Amino acid sequence: MTENDVVISCRNVWKVFGDRPERLAPRLTAQTTAEDLRATGQIAAVRDVSLDIRRGEMLVVMGLSGSGKSTLVRCLARLLNITAGAVTVEGRDIGRLTETELIDLRRRKMGMVFQSFGLLPHRTALENVAFPLEMRGQDRRSRIARAHEMLALVGLKGREGYFPRELSGGQQQRVGIARSLAVEPDIWFLDEPFSALDPLIRREMQDEFLRLKGMLAKTIVFITHDFDEALRLADRIVLMKDGAVEQIDTPERIVMAPATPYVAKFTQAVDRCRVIRAGAVAQPVQGPPPEGTALPGAETLHALARRIVGDSRPLIPVADARGGIAGVLDRQAALDLLLGPVA
Amino acid sequence: MKGRSLPEGGRVALALLMATLALVVLRNLLPDPLIRLPQTLILPFADWINAVFAFARDDLGLMRVTRAFSDVVEVCLDVTANLLYGKSRWPRLGPIPWVVIAASAAVAGHALAGWRLAALAGGTFIWIAVMGQWKWAMETLSVILVAAPFSVALGLALGMLAWHSRRAERVLNPILNIAQSLPHFAYMIPVVVFIGVGPKAGAIVTIIFSVPPMIRMTLLGLRAVPAEIIESGRMSGTTRLQLMTRVRLPAARTELLIGVNQVIMQSLAMVVLASFIGMPGLGQKLLQLLQALKIGLSVEIGITIVLLAIVLDRMSKAWAVRQPSHHDEGSGWLQRHRHLAVWAGLVGLGFALVTLHPYFAVVERAQALSMAGPVDAAVGAFIDMVSPVTDWLRWFLITWVLIPLRDGFLWLPVSAVLVFLAGIGWAVGGPRSALICLAFFLPIALSGWWDRAMITVYTVFVAVTLALLIGVPLGLLGAARPGRARRFLLICDTLQTFPSFIYLIPVVMLFGVNDVAVIAAVMVFATVPIIRYTIEGLRSIPPEIVESAQMSGAGPGQILWHVKLPLAVPTLMVGANQSIMFALFMVIIAAFIGTQDLGQEMQRALSSTDVGKGLVLGFAVAFMGLMADHLLLKWARGRGT
Repeated sequence: MTENDVVISCRNVWKVFGDRPERLAPRLTAQTTAEDLRATGQIAAVRDVSLDIRRGEMLVVMGLSGSGKSTLVRCLARLLNITAGAVTVEGRDIGRLTETELIDLRRRKMGMVFQSFGLLPHRTALENVAFPLEMRGQDRRSRIARAHEMLALVGLKGREGYFPRELSGGQQQRVGIARSLAVEPDIWFLDEPFSALDPLIRREMQDEFLRLKGMLAKTIVFITHDFDEALRLADRIVLMKDGAVEQIDTPERIVMAPATPYVAKFTQAVDRCRVIRAGAVAQPVQGPPPEGTALPGAETLHALARRIVGDSRPLIPVADARGGIAGVLDRQAALDLLLGPVA
Repeated sequence: MKGRSLPEGGRVALALLMATLALVVLRNLLPDPLIRLPQTLILPFADWINAVFAFARDDLGLMRVTRAFSDVVEVCLDVTANLLYGKSRWPRLGPIPWVVIAASAAVAGHALAGWRLAALAGGTFIWIAVMGQWKWAMETLSVILVAAPFSVALGLALGMLAWHSRRAERVLNPILNIAQSLPHFAYMIPVVVFIGVGPKAGAIVTIIFSVPPMIRMTLLGLRAVPAEIIESGRMSGTTRLQLMTRVRLPAARTELLIGVNQVIMQSLAMVVLASFIGMPGLGQKLLQLLQALKIGLSVEIGITIVLLAIVLDRMSKAWAVRQPSHHDEGSGWLQRHRHLAVWAGLVGLGFALVTLHPYFAVVERAQALSMAGPVDAAVGAFIDMVSPVTDWLRWFLITWVLIPLRDGFLWLPVSAVLVFLAGIGWAVGGPRSALICLAFFLPIALSGWWDRAMITVYTVFVAVTLALLIGVPLGLLGAARPGRARRFLLICDTLQTFPSFIYLIPVVMLFGVNDVAVIAAVMVFATVPIIRYTIEGLRSIPPEIVESAQMSGAGPGQILWHVKLPLAVPTLMVGANQSIMFALFMVIIAAFIGTQDLGQEMQRALSSTDVGKGLVLGFAVAFMGLMADHLLLKWARGRGT
């Protein structure tokens, strides 16, 4: 992992709310607890968070309400000024940017989707999507064309002239997504984009989101309080509690090796086979690789269950994305995971 | 209540109230200074204020600033005056024929809220023209047309300033509180000093008077914009200016337009009253007619003012609540701009009608329909019929209720009143409230206008008591069924849009010009908010609470007494508070039909352009209102939580 691959980097970031929290900044260390702060009448929303977000990665920040995840993402976009620490975006400390530089960064590099959509009620869907382009001074014709294109991309062709209140929740969020993508940002923030939607629409929007994600290579920071959503979408998950990070890891590692009892509580009810991909549990090949067809490593064990049960080999080869052999899967171990250990 | 919530404070309050009782009982034994403050203690507030004003006017050159501002206003006034009633000033186009204005109003009404408003708006202007009141109504409207935009712009700017800087807000807030409780006349006197009398002064006083609600609504609207909308604007890369003009202000649209609505209504109320400082128009006509007791004609003018008030209110409210909606794909220019096209057509038609017959341009005095004769006859017959009752009522009230009460209020020693208010304040909100009450009322004693102030207090006291006795039962009646509640609220809403001046017409008609008429006018005006808040208080009770009481086996009467009324009391207090404010305003306005209170003195100050005296009297009224406001809201808040 070279330095260039890191797009956003947080170092010991603190965000404290309260009366003149900047006085506290020098005294904030990893040992400072939320209780210490509460004693001084301050509330720590983000506590000593350090993490790196790599180019093209989909990082899901997961936590319950009040865990500081929405505050954290606002610190990354400098919608909030942090109390201590540093956030660098593509090597530049955004805390030191002037207002003009910051506006320029947002106009070119960043897009954001909001939980309650944040659409401007007095503008049509088209005008909402064109808004960021208008702000950066793009001429009328090209921004209208681009907005049409974006609305078609999210499946809202024919609704360009509608006002937000005339659209359903799912449609409004599609407008929000189209707007956030209109400037072709490299970094895409999504703050609980599907939480305000009902479960059926949420599922549909997640699929839509995965489709868009596949089409566009972007660095994505996705906030959610829904653990299943996190497992479904994430390359890596950041699990937060009380403003601090509990664990940063891939979905498999979170499920199989929870770092703290708090994380374990989330993973208990999860059906592991639906999370764990064959590639993640494959062991290195020792000796000659087994003959026969290999299992695709990117599929979950649940998806491969029929083939694993039907395969008679004790060690089943697993293919990587390029078609080479990544390792072998211990059939008995896989069956134990699928069906539970032998009683 | 006092004892339970504040045992310690309750004892102090009780002691203060006992002291009051002692002072009242022993009045005849008290030394004079405790009954009325000695002359040596009376502070010459008026001279001080006059000195400040003289300094501002002569040494600071404020006169030049106000003159410059008023010159700008005058130019605008000339334009609207030319267009609406043909005053010969630039641009020398007018007057616009009344049919064209009526058609424009109807189209605007339709565009904003459909056929009913179109009929109301068009009909109002047709009525005005046909009744031969066109010129007066246009004189009034031409001022509103200039004053309202100035007020909105000023309010928007100050509201944004208050939103931007906490310090500005902290300075503005108390000023707004006082400004909104100063009676209309208090605004007029300084304006007369700086600007003089006439339409220009009328416009300026209207602008100043109607700014406060716009400031408040701007602040409220900007605060209420959802955080995510602002964040989405910032993430779209807006600069501060873009964020304000393209995100915050449009998102606060509804609140801002409600502010505009309030500005328009305040303007109308003030323009009508500005007749006292020589503002021509409907108000002046009404004033003259009322003073000459020409009931029929004043009823006609009254109807016009009421209609205008309703039209302006409905139109601006419809504008505020209107939500944008899309046009169908591929609809043509005509379909998108249907109202514009219809309007252009009707305007053309109007001008065509004018060439056919001049009646459609101007209705001459001789052509005017007036029902004044029949109305006078009908009113006369009605008065003859009811006069035994009203005469007796008047005699009874004056001899047995009003005069004894007034004398009683005047008899009270100053010390007793002040100690009493401190006691009430202490009971409601502890020492702080006691001090606030004294801070508001002591200056009134020190100003030397104590007797006049007590007459105002007595009038308001009687009127609000009567208003409560009438308003609460009416409110209970209204709240009984949801449909009826809606109708009652609509009526109250409509009544509240009427300029206060209007309420004088029926009472002068029934009781003539005397104390009873004043009390009746104030009472009617003060009853409206009581009905309104009683209904709203009862309606806002969560149904689960009523259901749980029903399941506990409470009967309808028990539910009303033990559940609904106690829960509605905080809201009712807000109503009583507004009722007192309305009553104070009305008492002052009613001065011209003959009272002996602060209002009467204020009119004298107005005619002698005595700024100091006028403002002292105005502040006295405002302080009474603010004290009542503090006590009632504090108490309601204590009960509400």
